[in-house]
Order: sequence, then C-alpha cells, then structure tokens
Amino acid sequence: MGKRTVIPFGPQHPVLPEPIHLDLVLEDEKVVEAIPQIGYIHRGLEKLVEKRDFKQYTYVAERICGICSFMHGMGYCMAVEGIMEIEVPERGKFLRTIWAEVSRIHSHLLWLGLTADAFGFESLFMHSWRLREEVLDLFEQTTGGRVIFSVCDIGGVRKDIDAEMLNTMVSVLTRMEKELRDLTDVFLNDMSVKHRTVGVGVLSKEKAQETGAVGPMARASGISVDMRTLGYAAYKHLQFEPITAEAGDSYARMEVRIGEVYQAIELIRQCVELIPEGDVITKIKGNPNGEHFIRLEQPRGEVIYYVKANGTSFLDRFRVRTPTFANVPALLETLKDCDLADVPILILTIDPCISCTER
Amino acid sequence: MYSMEEQKIIKISPDEILAETVDLKNAGYRLVAISCVNKDGIELSYSFDKDYDFVHLRVNMDYDTEIESVSCFYQYAFLYENEIKELFGVKIKNITVDFNDNLYRISVKTPFNMKEEE
Amino acid sequence: MSILSMTKTLFKSIVHGPYTQLYPIKPRENFERTRGSIENDIEACIFCGLCVRRCPTSALKIEKAEKLWSIERMQCIQCGYCVEVCPKKCLHMRNEYTTPNTIKVKDEYVDARVSDN
Repeated sequence: MGKRTVIPFGPQHPVLPEPIHLDLVLEDEKVVEAIPQIGYIHRGLEKLVEKRDFKQYTYVAERICGICSFMHGMGYCMAVEGIMEIEVPERGKFLRTIWAEVSRIHSHLLWLGLTADAFGFESLFMHSWRLREEVLDLFEQTTGGRVIFSVCDIGGVRKDIDAEMLNTMVSVLTRMEKELRDLTDVFLNDMSVKHRTVGVGVLSKEKAQETGAVGPMARASGISVDMRTLGYAAYKHLQFEPITAEAGDSYARMEVRIGEVYQAIELIRQCVELIPEGDVITKIKGNPNGEHFIRLEQPRGEVIYYVKANGTSFLDRFRVRTPTFANVPALLETLKDCDLADVPILILTIDPCISCTER
Repeated sequence: MYSMEEQKIIKISPDEILAETVDLKNAGYRLVAISCVNKDGIELSYSFDKDYDFVHLRVNMDYDTEIESVSCFYQYAFLYENEIKELFGVKIKNITVDFNDNLYRISVKTPFNMKEEE
Repeated sequence: MSILSMTKTLFKSIVHGPYTQLYPIKPRENFERTRGSIENDIEACIFCGLCVRRCPTSALKIEKAEKLWSIERMQCIQCGYCVEVCPKKCLHMRNEYTTPNTIKVKDEYVDARVSDN
C-alpha cells in the first residue's frame, strides 16, 4: 500500500469540465476515493418561483441551463399544463418534439467536441463544433435565439415553423449526417481515441443500478431506460428504440451518444412527415391549483419537474431534479480505482452540467 | 384526450418511511428523487420508479420532527438529503455521508426556509 | 482499429477553405426571427404599463405624466413577453442587437407630441 495523498480537483470553467470540486484521495497514481463538493453556481432559481408569476417563470425555467434550455422550459410548461389539465394542440406537440430533438443533437455534438478536447484531439473538437454551429443556426432561424429560445409557453409553443423551413431543417440535418459519418469513424475507430476511452471508467450494470444512474450513463451500462418511451409530447407517434451499449466504459458512453445523434435526426424526419396542420397554442385561463410530477428525457438523462401551485399566480414550489444530480454518485463510483490522468475524461463522460444541478 | 402520466401519491407518516422504503427497494424500485416543499410545515416527496411505474411517498411533518435517512437502503440518497437538510433545515438523521451543511456554498442558513427571521 | 482516420476530414477542410468569417470586415447577417432588441413605436404607445408589469427582469419603466418609456438594455433578456402582451402592438422585436458596451445602457423613448387640447 502506497502513501495516501489528497489532490483537490476543480472547480473549473462552467462549460466543461464544470465547476465541481473533488477531493481526490490518491494512492500512488490511483484514485481511491473522491469527495464531491458543489455550490459554486447556486443561484436559487427554485426560490425565485415565489417572486415571479407562473407565466414569467417560463422564461426563468429556461435559463436554468444553457444546453438543455428548451427541455427545461418544456418540462416546466408540461407540469403546469398537467395541473391545469390543458391539452396542447397536436402541432404544438410535434414542434416541441422537433426542438427537443434538435437540442439533443446540439448537446451531444457539444459533448463530443469537449470529449475530443479532453483527450487532446483538438481538430476533432473543432470539427464537432463546426457541425454544431449549423444546428445553432437552425435554432436561430426557427426560434430567434441560439441557446435560449423563449419559444415554449404554457399551452403550446409561441412560434410556428412553416413547411418550407421544416424541409430546410431536414436537408441541413441530412447533409450534417453525412459529415458526421466521417467524424464518427474517428470517434469510434481511431486508435488514439480508443486508447483513451476503451476500458476506462467501467460502470457495471449492477453498479449503475445501485448508484441510480440515468440517461446515456445508464444506457451505456446496458440498462434500457429512456423516458421518451413514456410517449410525452409527440413521441407516442414516433418509432424508436432506446440506444444501449453493454460495456459500460467511456467508449460505450460515446457510442450511445453518437447513436442518439443519428436517432434524433431520424426522429426529426419522422416528425416532419407526420406533423399535422393546426394551432400551436391553446389559450389558458385562470391560475393553476394542485401539484404535478413530470419526467422527461434530456440529452443528459431523466429529469424530474415538480410544481405545486395554490390557486394564485405565484407557485408554492418548483423543483427540478436534473440528470447530473442523479449521475454524480455514478461518477464517484467510476472514479474509484482510475488513474489520475483519466479523471478529467471520466468527469466529462457523465456529461455533467453543474448549473442544472445547483439551479 | 388528456394524456399525462398518472400521479400516484401515497401518504405516510414520518416514522413509516424506513419500512415503506425497504418494501419498495425489495420490490426492485429505484429512488428517483426526494423533493421538499416548505408550506405550513415540511412536505417531503420520495419518488420511486420501476419499469416506468412512478410512485411517490408523501410525508407531512412539522419543522421540529426528525426523520430517518433512507441512505442506508439507497446509498445515493445522501445527495438529496444533504441538499434538503441544507436548504430547508429539515432534521434528517443518520445520513451515511453527511456534509454537515457544507454541500453548497451559500451565505445564509437554510435559504429556502427563512420564515422565522422575517 | 485505424490510424490517421482524421485525414479524410482534414483534406476536405483544406479544399473547402476556412469555415469561419472574418468578423468585423464581413459582419454576420441576422435571421428574420433573431431576437435582437426591443423597439418601441412611441407615438402609438398609450403608457398602459402592461409591459412593465409583465417583464420578468424589471427592465422596463414608464413615466405616464412625462410620456416616457425606458428600457435597461443590459437587463433585458429578449424574451419577447412584453411584445406579446402589448395591447397597441407598438412594441416589436428587431433582429439587430444593440452594440456591446462596458457600461449599463438605458434607452429612453419620449413622446414629444403636444396633445391637441
């Protein structure tokens, strides 16, 4: 047994590897234990719900995080709709699904780029982000914003996408898909990439269940759990299977996320084919009274929204349990027995979003 | 038609929490989240899931009641419980990894439950 | 397993040339829907104060007596909620951003017309 050393790790830049602080207990080069500490970007957004009325809060909910902003807005709206028993028009649901899937592509490409950066493959990082740029342009064309969309509203969506734009979206994504095939080849087959990811940070299926992992982290360990199969928004009309891998290492997590990018493109194609004509928003009357739990699948995994209302325009409580919060125990598990040099990659492979976690 | 996930909320008393949790754990449920509401007392919701079956245990109690931690069954509950303890000042005992109010870096004590000082 | 799998993409990039723009020389064109900045057609404004009450960041202010409508540019988050609630539709979202600045900018709009009576 070697001498024990404690190395403080982080907090770092809020993009990735994120402002999480870890005290790494090392034995020689091996990590024995990691103790997390968060709280560097706690903004108390859940508390703000008492100061902003429930319609204004739609815009606050989106700003919990800059990557899954659409889904945060959508989850909040769905929870309030659940309390008020509002049925969103079908076209509104399809548009929500399209934007949610484009968000997924955007988030996964961002993550792929940053992972490439973490193992020192600078040009791969640049090319992943080049593709992501086109996705951001699609967002700006359809919603008016690149990361914060302000497009989801209680009762539906605030903007419509016309047929021409929908077809443009599909053609842009089809072209992107072709270019992504080249990058996928690098991510999944290149020797230097495999050297850094295969067998690193293995999380077995049992451990994943034990630590309560969600999203791609759980799916890479062979647990087929995907909240989209619940059929919220327009997912019940779409054909898809959760993407899983068996190995549970960093490579498997990469594989799952790359698979989900292609899946998202396919889902958008299905949406564009199936989207009905009609209204995009229902008018709402009165204030919510009651409580509701909602579950969605974010790019990072399962997210829970809980809204409790009291019949006034101010809500009692808004609670978000973000995927990163659930994945931190899994991260601590993978960190055990890894090399110090692999720590940044392992933190990245859970796709952490501490802004979400702390709210 | 209106189509949202069914809300299954089971009301229990604070001392039943361990017994109910262990039942769910043995039935193969995973802990999804623990949420807390501060409104005329503390209201805790423990959410569980098994194959997309979503159940919540609801505990209503006053500010001074102590509640047992569920982290002995679900180890990863320590994060939720530390958070609730720190933000709401709920008295949770026997958390396996207790941060002693040092999880978040906040300047006020129990910011989500400041009624007494107002 | 392969080595040099990146070469294909790299050769494509060499042929294609830079994907970036020489920014200040060639400015980026905004899309029609880009949420840039809020503009008020002050002559149509009735100073009802609905936008002020609805703004999530309290960036808007009105002085009814002086017929003045003002916006804190740095506080505004371009959510467009004020545009949506405006009863006279005198507020609108321009697709151009305000110029970046190091100090807080407040824009004031005053209706300078003298009333008829």
